Amino acid sequence: MPYIEVNNDFAGIRGLMAFRPETAEPLGALANILLRDTEGLSPAERELIATHVSYLNDCYYCHNSHGEIACYYLDGNRELVDQVRKNYEQAPISAKLKALLAIAGKVQQSGRSVTPADIGRARQEGATDKDIHDTVLIAAAFCLFNRYVDGLGATTPTDLSTYAPRAKQIAERGYGNHIFSSPQPA
Amino acid sequence: MAYRPETAKPLNELAEALLRDDDNSLSRGERELIGTYVSSLNDCFFCQNVHGSLAQHYLQCDMPYIDAIKTNPAATPLSDKLKALLSIAASVQKGGRSVTTAQIEAARRQGATDREIHDTVLIAAAFCMYNRYVDGLATWAPQDRQFYVDRAPRRAAEGYIDYDLHK
Repeated sequence: MPYIEVNNDFAGIRGLMAFRPETAEPLGALANILLRDTEGLSPAERELIATHVSYLNDCYYCHNSHGEIACYYLDGNRELVDQVRKNYEQAPISAKLKALLAIAGKVQQSGRSVTPADIGRARQEGATDKDIHDTVLIAAAFCLFNRYVDGLGATTPTDLSTYAPRAKQIAERGYGNHIFSSPQPA
Repeated sequence: MAYRPETAKPLNELAEALLRDDDNSLSRGERELIGTYVSSLNDCFFCQNVHGSLAQHYLQCDMPYIDAIKTNPAATPLSDKLKALLSIAASVQKGGRSVTTAQIEAARRQGATDREIHDTVLIAAAFCMYNRYVDGLATWAPQDRQFYVDRAPRRAAEGYIDYDLHK
């Protein structure tokens, strides 16, 4: 049960967004640009960064929601998603993505934890300024989303099979208002 | 933000809706104080000065008072409701899971509404993003604190939508 009466039974952040559509609008727009832009990082890579940061923040709802969306883009490769959550340096992903995940992990601790060496490693592996910018902002944004969800005790489904239909909905239709205004996919 | 206007737009719209929209039972000054306090806990020089100066402008107080709030809100003459909300904000800064039912109940006892609790949590969470964005990319920030105080009245009048540091 959320700490506040949200007057709906949407899962996770959706219930909070329905409670306060004025702030939901820019939050959805931000997620759409950061996670679905296809220039530079792929949507799968973006969702993997979001999943890793949410895992570090111990946000069950977010790391499972975004992990499932990444999984959808990765043709169901749940094992890879789980490796990126817990031990990305050993995962079969590009050296560039590993360097960006290292930056994301620093941002999760604090903006001030990012070092010139972290940025240098990413550049050496071929990351562009836009890749670095988007990685920092995705990681920072999930430090918002994770705190929003857990700080208000949002409804968190524990049955993991319920995450796939919502992931499919997001992957196919994006992060618009429909995620808290239309009936939830089952 | 100037580097990536596509993301600046929703970031500014979020700040406008949370901090400046007058359809809110928390005053602009109170909301800016929540942002300032969290930015101070995150040790973000730029954000605590931009938003501290705005709070100072709205509350018609001086910089030492803002600094006293950042150091220990409980020891200041703020309302008990705002102190309870700042305590929730401090927990959000540590992590969403740090917020306790007891803190929520304490805020309610001081008259905080669901919407006020919602906005406090989201303002605190949003500053955990803004602070990391600013410091994670090592953005340039003027070191003279008066720079921010001088710009606060114009920022307050014009809002966040067309945010420009130098205006």
